[in-house]
Amino acid sequence: MFDDFFIRALVAGIGIAFVTGPLGCFVVWRRLSYFGDTLSHSALLGVTMAYTFDLNIAISVFLISSVIALILIQLQKKTNLPGDALLGLLAHSSLAVGLVVIGFLTFIRFDIMGLLFGDILAVTTDDLLVIWTGGALILIVLKLIWKPLLASTVNYELAEAEGLNPDRAKAIFTILMAAVIAISIKMVGLLLITGMLIIPAAMARNISDSPQKMVLFSIIGGLLSVILGLYSSLEFNTSSGPSIIAAALILFILSLFKIKQSIKLKN
Amino acid sequence: MNSNNNILVKLNNAGFRQSEKWLVEGVSLTVEKGKIVTLIGPNGSGKSTTAKIALGIYKNIEGTVEKYTTKVGYVPQKISIDWTLPIRVYDFMLLTETIEDSAIDEALSLTGVIHLKNKNLGSLSGGEFQRVLIARAISKKPELLVLDEPVQGVDYTGEIALYELIKKISDTLNCGILLISHDLHMVMTATDHVVCLNGHVCCSGSPIDVAKNNEYKALFGEKASQILTTYEHKHDHVHSDEGEIKKN
Repeated sequence: MFDDFFIRALVAGIGIAFVTGPLGCFVVWRRLSYFGDTLSHSALLGVTMAYTFDLNIAISVFLISSVIALILIQLQKKTNLPGDALLGLLAHSSLAVGLVVIGFLTFIRFDIMGLLFGDILAVTTDDLLVIWTGGALILIVLKLIWKPLLASTVNYELAEAEGLNPDRAKAIFTILMAAVIAISIKMVGLLLITGMLIIPAAMARNISDSPQKMVLFSIIGGLLSVILGLYSSLEFNTSSGPSIIAAALILFILSLFKIKQSIKLKN
Repeated sequence: MNSNNNILVKLNNAGFRQSEKWLVEGVSLTVEKGKIVTLIGPNGSGKSTTAKIALGIYKNIEGTVEKYTTKVGYVPQKISIDWTLPIRVYDFMLLTETIEDSAIDEALSLTGVIHLKNKNLGSLSGGEFQRVLIARAISKKPELLVLDEPVQGVDYTGEIALYELIKKISDTLNCGILLISHDLHMVMTATDHVVCLNGHVCCSGSPIDVAKNNEYKALFGEKASQILTTYEHKHDHVHSDEGEIKKN
């Protein structure tokens, strides 16, 4: 019934949703959505590097995003500029440099739209391997740092005082962010990855009363978004990324009705 | 190094400077098992800073901190829960350590908030939240308990009960407590050792010794010390209005 590429896209998208669900919750809790944008914009540089040196896209995006994250941390320590200005500086300059470099790579035919907004046709069986092994690793590491990360999200000093080493958890989380962007870039596109992180999590916030439940609903929301989005992408011949994000938005809007109800119940 | 193995944390001439301004300096104190050490002093005198130095939250400090325990419970002075994080009292109790449900219930009952167990943390009143904070800190049965104004916002009868609880915990768990409090009555009756701060250590000793101290009187007024004594002794310095120390 399905063409082979569609099954591949579906399996890839499901793998991605399992990872963006829990990470997206932390992005919302820690107010990191602009940080996610910065990392994903810098991913364009990673893509050009992959084409130039014939590397795996996910791996080179992961490396470049990690480097950008490190540069950001250094800039935060060494300059007096506010955090959002630094993020904007890095996000747009790395996007610009990436686009300029693409201009020089005349020997390769680029599908810019595919890079920016995702392309389900581009998912290969190798990508599935990267997404599922990478995704499993990300989730295992997140599980290991869950307690210190959550505790320091609630209160940094409490976590530090009671010996949980929040700085280490934060550094590891930054690397996980780079990794999730690396595995989802082909599918969702670099302009929309942050949407995949925060919209299902925002939807989940509306219907959860504990951190664990919010993670669970965020995963379910992501899965539904991927499945609905990909089917409509196939049906209406739209890009995969925007279709998935639009599906996530619809779920978010539906979740608002639940809030209304619970407010009514309280009154 | 630790000759007395009752010592939990020891500050040696410790201080902390933030952008060229000393928040507190030259603090030496020791918290031992089963003892309550109380920090008193006016606003901005470095009480919370001293507690954070003892806890290891501040890293680039002057002097040294020797810490002989990792089982620490902390009630911070101020904590705000972001609306974006849905978290119940129950989840909050498990924040830094996995503990048994029975221990959670016991701690929440001791501080009188067991009925709030499944409530969202953001929906609690100030006093209720303080009780939850104390319950969380004691439920992990710490060796060192650091309480930064633990009863702020708690009603009067609750305040007395909570201080009695703190005293009881120090006895039953044999844990050392570093307490920051404005309640001088509590300080005078339940504390083993008082450190009076005003950017540095003004005076320290047993509650009675401190109450007799002139600097204590200068900081808290005659009334505060009249409870106990009219004894006076000599001082080598006074404080100007700007908080500077002037030698006599």
